[in-house]
Amino acid sequence: MTSTTTPQPAIRVQNLEKSFKDLHVLRGVDFDVAPGSIFALLGSNGAGKTTIVRILSTLLRADAGAATVNGFAVSTDPLRVRESISLTGQFAAVDEILSGRENLVLVARLRHLPSPGRIADDLLARFDLTEAGSRRVSTYSGGMRRRLDIAMSLIGQPAVVFLDEPTTGLDPEARLDVWQVIKELSAQGTTVLLTTQYLDEAEQLADRIAILHQGRIIANGTLAELKQLLPPATVEYVEKQPSLEDIFLALVGNDDVRETIGKDKS
Amino acid sequence: MTTHLLDDTASLTGRSLRHITRSADTIITTAVTPIAIMLLFVYVFGGAIETGTENYVNYLLPGILLIAIASGIAYTAVRLFTDMQSGIFERFHSMPIARSSVLWAHVLTSLVSNAITVVIIVVVGLLMGFRTSASLLSWLTVAGILALFTLALTWLAVVAGLSAKSVDGAAGFSYPLIFLPFISSAFVPTDTMPAPVRFFAENQPVTSIVNTIQDLFAGEPVGNDIWIALGWCVGILVLGYVLAMAAYRRRIS
Repeated sequence: MTSTTTPQPAIRVQNLEKSFKDLHVLRGVDFDVAPGSIFALLGSNGAGKTTIVRILSTLLRADAGAATVNGFAVSTDPLRVRESISLTGQFAAVDEILSGRENLVLVARLRHLPSPGRIADDLLARFDLTEAGSRRVSTYSGGMRRRLDIAMSLIGQPAVVFLDEPTTGLDPEARLDVWQVIKELSAQGTTVLLTTQYLDEAEQLADRIAILHQGRIIANGTLAELKQLLPPATVEYVEKQPSLEDIFLALVGNDDVRETIGKDKS
Repeated sequence: MTTHLLDDTASLTGRSLRHITRSADTIITTAVTPIAIMLLFVYVFGGAIETGTENYVNYLLPGILLIAIASGIAYTAVRLFTDMQSGIFERFHSMPIARSSVLWAHVLTSLVSNAITVVIIVVVGLLMGFRTSASLLSWLTVAGILALFTLALTWLAVVAGLSAKSVDGAAGFSYPLIFLPFISSAFVPTDTMPAPVRFFAENQPVTSIVNTIQDLFAGEPVGNDIWIALGWCVGILVLGYVLAMAAYRRRIS
């Protein structure tokens, strides 16, 4: 895509409002996302995270306020917005009956790119799906589906990627894989807007974190800035206990997990 | 926006045609029930039915084809509903494609799959003794009417697929359509029906379509029926398309 040198934000949201009948989901949301950064939108279920993502990806119209993505207004220039973005929703939006490779080829065709077959093969290799590439997606595990889903989102190198709860329902190993992909994306200069209800996910990945609560952004800053909102830390001596995640990963070993995932559905 | 309409429709139609070729059972299921009805009527009831034609298969086949199409389009509603549920509909809509290609792909796929079903049933009909003196032009006219009928019902299926709350709802809307041919001239002439039933039978879309196709196959002049049949098909098509667009706008607003 065309990368502009202007310092304007990759995403700008101003006073966004949206209601569904009597339910006032967004009550004036404001935030900016800097180009190439990872921005986490944190909130509990029903806080309105998905509504924001749907408005920014031109699937839903806002009642009031303005939003621009990559410099284009979602309300007046939706086609240019769609050229700039890709969306990975909460549920892996992959075609179950097609093979993994066919899913990728389809998206490359719809983005009107030359040599869709080569693009598909490259992504299969990058996402560890080469072996499964010719199998129907209905035989994939949850982690494989999510990897394919994200791979489909990267076709055409969109400037902005929306990831709506990308790790919900994944096992710890698949979750780490997704985190790795998100970090790589950002390293390549892609802007990532991530929604999550996992605090550690925001902590691990995000350059900035905004907390959405009852339709408004109640806090927005870097992790360090958010930590300053609380009283200074007091020093206590606590025995360091391994988390269950540490134990799980230590016991099964990373390679074993991946093999189990690959085999259990085939 | 329209520059990619043809490309995108072709890509997405290729996708849903794969759904058909990979679940050949849907085509077989769609063909089996009408064939079973045809066997039942020809070899069980047929001997007792007075149609004024020597060959009951000739009389019955057009109605059987309409039943097959009416049940075949239910799969379009189900496929569309599944796309909405799985999120792939939203993925396509968040991409820089001609958005209407998403619906057109399903509509074209419906035309292809129903055409396959129709061919299977005609072949079985030929094995059961269906004979026609129809000219090439008559065959083409029959194909055109059936395609128009499929297209009209498919847009109704799109309405069902977009508005349904469950898979059963998406599939179930076609049941009344499947029964329409039974209350028409498809199985028996309307003369023997009681007056109110006869009035309904003679003034519903299926009868004019069945009569037209029967005449075309028999090599007889079609008379006014073909215009009534075309009127019904175009009317349902326009209504279905308008309702489908309204349902579509509701879904994406």
